[in-house]
Amino acid sequence: MLDKEGIAKRIAKEIKDGYYVNLGIGIPTLVANYIPKDIDVVLQSENGLLGMGPFPFEGEEDADLINAGKQTITMLPGSSVFDSAMSFGMIRAKKVNLTILGAMEVSENGDIANWKIPGKMVKGMGGAMDLVASAENIIVAMQHVNKAGESKLLSKCSLPLTGVNCVKKIVTELAVLDVLPDGGFKLLERAPGVSVEEIKKATAGKLIIEGEIPEMII
Amino acid sequence: MVYGQKNTIFTSNQLLNMNKVVSGADEAIKDIKDGMTLMLGGFGLCGIPENCIAALVKKGVKGLTCISNNAGVDDFGIGLMLKTKQVKKMISSYVGENAEFERQLLSGELEVELIPQGTLATRCMAAGYGMPVIFTPAGIGTEIAEGKEVRNFNGKDYLMEMAFDADFAIVKAWKGDSMGNLVFRATARNFNPVMAMAGKITIAEVEELVEPGELDPDHIHTPGIYVHRIFQGKNYEKRIEQKTVRKK
Repeated sequence: MLDKEGIAKRIAKEIKDGYYVNLGIGIPTLVANYIPKDIDVVLQSENGLLGMGPFPFEGEEDADLINAGKQTITMLPGSSVFDSAMSFGMIRAKKVNLTILGAMEVSENGDIANWKIPGKMVKGMGGAMDLVASAENIIVAMQHVNKAGESKLLSKCSLPLTGVNCVKKIVTELAVLDVLPDGGFKLLERAPGVSVEEIKKATAGKLIIEGEIPEMII
Repeated sequence: MVYGQKNTIFTSNQLLNMNKVVSGADEAIKDIKDGMTLMLGGFGLCGIPENCIAALVKKGVKGLTCISNNAGVDDFGIGLMLKTKQVKKMISSYVGENAEFERQLLSGELEVELIPQGTLATRCMAAGYGMPVIFTPAGIGTEIAEGKEVRNFNGKDYLMEMAFDADFAIVKAWKGDSMGNLVFRATARNFNPVMAMAGKITIAEVEELVEPGELDPDHIHTPGIYVHRIFQGKNYEKRIEQKTVRKK
């Protein structure tokens, strides 16, 4: 079974040379730490920055320089800054190659719910609805089951949706799965020490298992 | 270095000395009245018009509709206007990190319209570009789309969203000149340029106010035509919401 860092490490392997990548808040933010050193990747922060660098050293933080999670950050050489309309323009125009975000639920047809729980204080969707509506390559980083032990990979989402038919791949502490265009979670890899049976038990939606499922290499 | 040539062609030498400078935040906001719709620039606490928010609190105008990506924190930003119950309605994309906001929302004192961040920015942009509507895929298939017109272009569904109509836009820039030209700094730019374009009246507070010709025309982010009033703000706190650092 993977911890959060493990999920981030596995997702980092999906990032290719030359990609512009948008990382969401939570586990997706950790992915930045594991991007292979031999590839060139530009991180987009949807508040209006391309070329996001690591957190600043103590004392060097700049109130004018934050990421979409409102954390102080740095800019790498070659960065560019722009307004919020242009930022979502490049997202809508599919210039960003890969979007990695968290989710509360994903359905077997690729619907995602990650912004609202009825009965709880709703904080808002931020940029999530824009990202999932336009991005062509969306990977979800999340736990396979919620705190109550219920599967988050469902045949149909129970929570209000953020977007429809958009998630392409899911990486959890148990597995890597593709969301097939015709519906269904196709099991690609098992986390170290996790059996296919355990993944079956934790997946409520349609799970497709073909042949031997390899253990992931991270 | 001074940019631009001295006027040798036009008979009047006043042409490029359109002075939009006001004495400060109190004068800039003096005709903002109860019930008006305001746009306030900033993302979180980054790039917010601190001086004008303080002046609005002091003036005590009420029943405001505020279009702003976030609603500040309990004791800073728009949070200060929530505390004094001056805000009737917030139009935002994300409103966490604010206990008073949550209390007023749950008690029904405050109305909130949550809209996707890109939709918020682009509805500002549309107003500044003179376009009545935008079409965006954000929110298709979700509760955001309920009751809205959907159009299909090239096989994909888009929601029709209206350009914003705001009485005032209040923005914060890094530098500006007396003609209202603005330059922003780093990610404090965020919503400020698109909101500056979108207000019927736009107020800009800047950290440094300079004379015409001191800003390179090629580096101006917001042309002064969009800005009606400008002043150099004071005592900027520029509070950091989430200080994150790494070890040396």
